[in-house]
Amino acid sequence: MTATVGFIMMCHTAFDRAAQVARFWADAGCPVVIHVDRRADRTEFDRLVESLSDIDIISFSQRFACEWGTWSLVAATQAAAEQMLARHADVRHVYLASGSCLPLRPVEELVEYLDARPTTDFIESVTTTDVGWTVGGLNIERFTLRFPFSWRTQRRLFDGYVRLQRRFGFRRRVPGGIVPHLGSQWWCLTRQTLSAILEGPDRPAYDRYFRRVWIPDESYFQTLARQFSTRIESRSLTLSKFDYQGKPHVFYDDHLQLLRRSDCFVARKVWPHADRLYRNFLVPASERGARAEPNPGKIDRLFSKAVERRTRGRAGLYMQSRYPLRDRENGKTCAPYSVFHGFSDLFENFDIWLSKAIGGRVHGHIFGPDRAEFAGGETVYNGALSDSAALRDYNPKSFLTNLIWNTRGEHQCFQFGPRDTQDCNWFMATDPNAQISVISGSWAVPLMRSNQNFSEIRKEAARLQKIETEHLDILRTMYVKARVRIWTMAEFVENPMEPLQAIIDEIRPRATWRLAEAPRMVDLAGFGQFLQNLKNQGMQPTLMGDFAAGSEPNPPHQDRGRPYLVR
Amino acid sequence: MGVWERYRLRVRRKRLRFRAFRKRRELTPVADRTARLKGDTIIVAAVLRNERVRLPYFLRYYRDLGIRHFLMVDNGSDDGSREYLEAQDDVSLWSTRASYKDARYGADWLNWLLFRHARGRWVLAVDVDEFFIYPFCDTRPIRALTDWLDTYNLRSFPAMVVDMYPKGAIGAEPYREGQNPFEIASYFDSGNYTIAKNPTMRNLWIQGGPRARTMFADTPELAPSLNKIPLVKWHWSCCFASSTHMLLPRGLNLTYDEWGGEKISGCLLHAKFLSTFHAKVEEELERREHFAGSREYLAYAETLKGDADLWCKWSEKYINWRQLEILGLMSKGNWA
Repeated sequence: MTATVGFIMMCHTAFDRAAQVARFWADAGCPVVIHVDRRADRTEFDRLVESLSDIDIISFSQRFACEWGTWSLVAATQAAAEQMLARHADVRHVYLASGSCLPLRPVEELVEYLDARPTTDFIESVTTTDVGWTVGGLNIERFTLRFPFSWRTQRRLFDGYVRLQRRFGFRRRVPGGIVPHLGSQWWCLTRQTLSAILEGPDRPAYDRYFRRVWIPDESYFQTLARQFSTRIESRSLTLSKFDYQGKPHVFYDDHLQLLRRSDCFVARKVWPHADRLYRNFLVPASERGARAEPNPGKIDRLFSKAVERRTRGRAGLYMQSRYPLRDRENGKTCAPYSVFHGFSDLFENFDIWLSKAIGGRVHGHIFGPDRAEFAGGETVYNGALSDSAALRDYNPKSFLTNLIWNTRGEHQCFQFGPRDTQDCNWFMATDPNAQISVISGSWAVPLMRSNQNFSEIRKEAARLQKIETEHLDILRTMYVKARVRIWTMAEFVENPMEPLQAIIDEIRPRATWRLAEAPRMVDLAGFGQFLQNLKNQGMQPTLMGDFAAGSEPNPPHQDRGRPYLVR
Repeated sequence: MGVWERYRLRVRRKRLRFRAFRKRRELTPVADRTARLKGDTIIVAAVLRNERVRLPYFLRYYRDLGIRHFLMVDNGSDDGSREYLEAQDDVSLWSTRASYKDARYGADWLNWLLFRHARGRWVLAVDVDEFFIYPFCDTRPIRALTDWLDTYNLRSFPAMVVDMYPKGAIGAEPYREGQNPFEIASYFDSGNYTIAKNPTMRNLWIQGGPRARTMFADTPELAPSLNKIPLVKWHWSCCFASSTHMLLPRGLNLTYDEWGGEKISGCLLHAKFLSTFHAKVEEELERREHFAGSREYLAYAETLKGDADLWCKWSEKYINWRQLEILGLMSKGNWA
């Protein structure tokens, strides 16, 4: 009789699927011992026994009531393993599987594989300091604390008792000679190793110790195999992926192609109603199509992406199932954007000029008082975002984040100023994606050129100056995360090209060409006098910098009457 | 949260449940097939009035998702809806002529029926013009979703309403019985939704979409709410507080992540804007049985006068759930 592999199946639900898989293994000549949770329904259990009664190499082991994380699972495994070793002398490897496992490759391949490695134990077994996957922060403490309370049903007591033991520095002694190891509970051990564990003279002592260890099914065999095995390959032959909460990912019909590319022999866990998977994998080797080239990395990527989506999410997305608290956003917006505060007052058609300079769309005042001035005068923008000021001001933050989200892949630039809705100032200032450039005081330029009574102008100037001062205060706090540049108008008028070049380099870092044409500055003749008039009326304009009355600022390009060329 | 606030919500929940208990008399069973419910049957629950033309596709859509039982309340239909539903083998039907408005827009009736028949089961409460989309709905039946939610002890699943509309005037192309409504109304708004948090009930309040864009552009605070939590593992103690927008106890409303991650969510494709819409608006304006003095319907009537076109050049054409996921309207969470 040739050596073979015996399967232990731990079942608690979906018995029809378990029966199907057990039959598949038995048909290939592999003995199967099934453990059924004692809490499972009696009639269903009877039906399962009945349905498999025609196969003599399938047997049922003593039933234990299994609760996750407790010793009962190990006790059940021990009983089943003893039965397997006692009844089936030809078994050389024992494979521990669950009722929701699905064989991915024909049994013959597994037997062949194990034949080539007759003394190797396949059991994931790593020391407690090396595991990164334990949930709940219990690593070595699984072995040094006591856990008399159920984690599932008595969580408060469980946590409280752990805290209590920590506080008083309570420690259990680990029995001599063993080093705690952890690993996946789905293993494949040789008869030699398994019988050494089950028949060893120290077993009562070890059992007594592990009875009070937390989640012993992930550590009992993993630790003891290190004692007796001559050759351990520390990996599981079962494909089993866990998410961030320690729950196994489930496989469905649409994972068929992915599972075909796995190099594992068995997958866990499979949704019981995944008919297509069961139909495709539970066929004899001869009826199978050619196997796809193994590519296990693909499965890893799929599940690690799922965990990342659940824990970090997509930056800058606000939606029905992702609504982060302030400062917990992992990115307030999804892409960099530039805010030009005051530029459109100082330069004529600044948005058109900028759009040429960066080669992209540039908005006007999207927070403007009448409407959101989208690029190109659009009334509706990407994502069907409306230009209605009422809709926008109803929730300005949503408006801004929607705009940036809807135009992913395109750098957004827009104009801003003290006449606009100011609700997003804090949001933008604390957003690392924002590049905010401010020319302070330029709001006075349109006032100078407006045709209003001077008392109204004075009032308006005071209002705008107050708003802008508040905004500048925000931009100067220690909480600012945005890239902020602030110039007074006087500074900027003196030398406009250098700052403009710096801003544009930031938007298009890889552009090699330099600005050829300066934006056309509005005529500032009389601006100094205008400011003086405001002062004379009792309003103190402070944000523009120094403009002496009478001496007119003369930007160089206006004198030449033709575009100003840098270099 | 304060003890007082908790107590107030508790009282409110009990009042709602008592209200539902009182309203039970308004419901007359027409076809009670609830004896056939099994312990794990997933139920679709709906209240309707004069929706005969929509029913065949509605039932087919949900049967295809794996729904095996429908609990329906017919609110005085006279177009044969009742007779049609009565003849369906998997529909339990109640009928009533009582006021829809007085039953808090049907929520009281639903609360009562669910209390009676849905305890311990998953319930999907939708309108007849809402079509439930969830991650992997093209490859996995709805049971895969509820099983998955069960393993995580999640008791509710959110699905935002996405208004679907045709290109061109509403109703230009007539809707035929049994037809997939999204062959006609195949467009939606992808990125103009606003979100705020309701501090007492803890749910998110989502507004936006084509209705806010075209009909409520000057009064956005009146735009209809789009947040819904239609899929719930029903417990005897819970109830819909305001349609399916929010539930009590309010823990069921916490279907969103606040620490940057994404929880799982779906969408309800809303096939309201079809050729049936004109008649509906007229009828509802006559009845005045809708929320807030039927202001929504007043706005619709206003819009329809001008032969409204909800379509704009940024409207997205619906392809599948993956498109909605990429656009950020729903999320797979950690389901893979």
